[in-house]
This record gives sequence, structure tokens and C-alpha cells, in this order.
Amino acid sequence: MSRDEMRELQGRRLHKVVDYVYHNVPFYRNKLQQMGLEPDDIKTIDDIRLLPFTTKQDLRDNYPYGLQAAPQSEIVRVHASSGTTGNPTIVGYTHKDIGVWSECMARCLTAYGITRADTFSVAYGYGLFTGGLGAHYGVENLGATAVPASTGNTEKHVRLIRDLGITGLACTPSYALHLAETMEKMGVTKDDIRLRVGAFGAEPWTEDMRCEIESRLGLQGYNLYGLSEIMGPCVSYECQCKHGSHICEDHFFPEIINPDTLEPVPMGTVGELVFTTLTKEGMPLLRYRTRDLCTLMEGECECGRTAVRMGRILGRSDDMLIIRGINVFPSQVESVILSTEEFEPHYQLVIDRVDNLDRLTVRVELRNEFMTDLLPDLAALERKLSEKLKSVLSIRAKVQLLPQGTLERSQGKSKRVIDNRKL
Amino acid sequence: MIHQLSVFIENKSGALLQILSLLKEAGIQLVATNIVDTMDYGICRIIATRPRLALTILQEAGMSANLNEVFAIQLDNRPGSAADAIAAFAQEGVGIIYLYSFLLGGKGVLIFRTDNTERAQQIIAENHLQAIDEEQLQELA
Repeated sequence: MSRDEMRELQGRRLHKVVDYVYHNVPFYRNKLQQMGLEPDDIKTIDDIRLLPFTTKQDLRDNYPYGLQAAPQSEIVRVHASSGTTGNPTIVGYTHKDIGVWSECMARCLTAYGITRADTFSVAYGYGLFTGGLGAHYGVENLGATAVPASTGNTEKHVRLIRDLGITGLACTPSYALHLAETMEKMGVTKDDIRLRVGAFGAEPWTEDMRCEIESRLGLQGYNLYGLSEIMGPCVSYECQCKHGSHICEDHFFPEIINPDTLEPVPMGTVGELVFTTLTKEGMPLLRYRTRDLCTLMEGECECGRTAVRMGRILGRSDDMLIIRGINVFPSQVESVILSTEEFEPHYQLVIDRVDNLDRLTVRVELRNEFMTDLLPDLAALERKLSEKLKSVLSIRAKVQLLPQGTLERSQGKSKRVIDNRKL
Repeated sequence: MIHQLSVFIENKSGALLQILSLLKEAGIQLVATNIVDTMDYGICRIIATRPRLALTILQEAGMSANLNEVFAIQLDNRPGSAADAIAAFAQEGVGIIYLYSFLLGGKGVLIFRTDNTERAQQIIAENHLQAIDEEQLQELA
């Protein structure tokens, strides 16, 4: 498809989605009316700059279904991702959305070189997280054999990779390293297995990590990008040239902006990635600020694809952390601690990578009046906080008790997070 | 019963010294200490002269500390005296949560907490165990 044809298609779809949300989502209708905009003002894709942005905060304020455009009877599935303070973000999908998602995911897999002849294991978590089911439906849509390995039980997974001759794998890059390590411990070498393609995403990774994973597992590792607010894994993918990730821009229109001025920045300049869903029915979003920092690239790829590409994610324009592929905001931890009377409202998050897996430690101060002579009581307090954190963050955190007054008080937010991972 | 201080202690070098130095500066003498630890932290239990003052000093220095009552029993300095005392509790099904012991003025002293304070007090009386209070402890020291 030529660039002109693509832009024409995007313009038509944008007009349609704006018209759709104007008539189905009061949040967007109010915003557009306040700005004096009518759906018919949006004629071409360039008119997208007239539209308002959407933020994670907007999703939170409209929890759970405020931004949903389709009637509940049309929603066939929901996924949820972490919110900044307690409320998760709920994303509803129609039957057609699931179809587009599976189609885009199959597109990613095809670019990696996966065909119907492959056996592909999905080792993202299955559940509210979009990774597992998102990748799974793509594998089935393509016609390859899906192995829903999910995370955990790594030894069993290694045996399946060997015994079933699994050729493709989707997981977080850190889990891929963990898998390699487990394999080596079990005495399984890369000559015993037939893996040749890895689709890695859901957390930032580096070129060094790619080299390491590729050499230890004997496969080609490709980036897979996505976010639940927009769809899930499938938003962009690397082709075999490994030179930027092609965006499925017929469904997800990308922009790159300066996070402070909100003005567009030129191609090739680092900025915040913004997506508009062009075809989504369940929860379409206009100009959703991903908070991911990266560059966009134009021009035909060596592979022949003409879609806009995005570079590696270089960081975040907010304080969100990605731990074991799960989004974690320090403010979530804060709200849990504030709701637990035994602890001071001071805390520190320490993130380490142990055996290639992220480990979160939450350091909290015990309030003086809850000091006791009984060790089991303190251990129970740790457990209580740990369980609360697990239910809010969806990941296990180790709680480390400190005496009251240990953590420094006068510091800014940055010191609340100590990220020891080398990325 | 006597007062025992419990101080939260981080698992790092100098943590214990900090507690002991504060007590030293205030002229408070230790009678006994006992540390229970996990991988990351511990509880330092202290029997000291002037426990209330010690608590104030430690808390003012920003430490997590509290004061609670524990049993103190004086034993004859002979083999088996501790076993005889504990047997009385075991027979009645009263559990010892923690216990530590030391010698003071030629006498053995057991410090402990049980899971049933009321019943433990009855057992001490019924078996003529020699419970001591803070004043008696001071006399021994």
C-alpha cells in the first residue's frame, strides 16, 4: 500500500471513529463540544491534531466503563491493567475487536517468519493481562499450533519445548533469559531444541539482552509492542530486518509529541508516543498518551513494508515501572501503605533482577506503637502488607520492615524508587 | 512480673551498638538481653534497670521500641531446676512462647512469656515457683 493510500484510509477511519465516539461516549462528546468541534471537522488524518488527548487519568476518572462506546451486550471480553492509584483500567472488546487483534497479532507472527507449520508457545501470563490471550489468539488465527504455557512451571515448559519441537515463543525478555537458565540447569542444550523465533515484549529490553537471548536459546528475537488501553500485544512488531518496529497503523495511528508542550516533534526525534485507535469498537481512544518515550521512523524498510516504524522504548514520561512485564506505579504502593495503620507513610521501592527475574522489595517503616516483643506478629504484618500489595499490583512484592524514622524524609520522589536492574 | 523492652533492630552492623550506647549514656544497666532474628531484622529484648526511662530514651532517638510484662522466675543453682519449673507448665498445657535465662548473684533466672498469662500465674503459685519482681531483681544484681 502506498503512503497516500494509507493516509487516505487513515483519514476515512479517523472521521468514522470520531463520529462514533461523539455519538456514543459522553466524555468525548463533551470534550469535542467544549473545543467547538464536530465530527465533520475531521476530514483527513492531518486533522487529528485538532483532537483532544486522552490520558490514563481520564481512564481512571471514568472507571470502569465510562469510556466504553459499545453497548455492554456487544462486549465479549474485558482485560484490566493497573491504574495509578487503586482502580485498574478496564478495557472491553467487541467480537470485531478480538478479530482485529488476532489479525494484527498474526501479522506480527508472519513478519517474524512463523507459519501454519510452527508450534508456538505463549509464555505471557494468561488472565486479565493482555499478553497471554492476545498472543494466543494471534497464533490460532495464523493457523500455527498454540501451546498456552503461560508463566511459571518453567521446567515443564522446557520439557515441552524439547518434546513438542516448539519453534516459536512469546514472553518477556527477562523470562526468556530465565528459561535459558532453567534449560541449562536441566542439562538441555540449544541443540536439543528447535526454537527459532522469539517474540519479546511487555518490558523494556536492550540490544545486549537480545544478543544474549539469541545465543543462549538459539533463536532470532524480535520486539513485540502493545498496550492494553490500545489493544494489547500486536500494536507494533519488528520484521526480520530488526530495524524498528512496524506499527499496524491502519488500526493504530501513531504520533510523537513533546510531553511538556504536547506539540508534535519531528520524525527521528525522541518524544512521547501517542496512539489513536482507528477501528476499535469496544473502547476507542483518541490520541491516547502512552507515556512511552521513543522515536518514529518513516520510509520503506528493507523488507518492503512501508508502515511507520517506532524505535526501542527509551523510557517513560511518568514514574511508571515495568516489573515482570506488569505496570507498577509508586502511587499504588503508596495508597496501600496509607491504608494500613501499622506503617508510616514513608516507603521505598527497590527493584532487583535476580536470576533474570525482576524482584520488587517494598521497604516500609513500622510505627512505634505497633512494636511488639513477638516475632510472629511482625511476620504477620509483613504478610498482611504483602498480600494487599499483591492484590493491588498483581505481582508479588517482598516487604521489608524498618524501624520508624529510617528512611530519609526530605527527598523528592525519585529516591522512593531504587532500580538496580541494568537495562 | 517484670518489664521487658523490645526494640526493633535492623540487620546491619552497628544497629545493636546504637541501642546499647544510648542506654549506656543514660547510665542504664543491662541485666539480660536476647535477640531473635529473621533474615532482614530482629527484635532485641532487654531486661534493664529503669525500663521506663530506657523506653523513653530509645523512642526519642527514633527507635521502634515497646515495653511489656514477662515472667521472671528465680531458680536454685542446681542441675534440673529449669526442667522442673518448665515441667509444671507443660503438664498444664501452657505453652512457652519464648524464654531466655541467665545467672545473677549466684541464682538462675528464667525470663519467659506464655500463651496464657492468667493460668501461668496460677501454676507459679500452685507449684511454689519463685516469681520475682523488678525490686527483687535489682537486689539480686
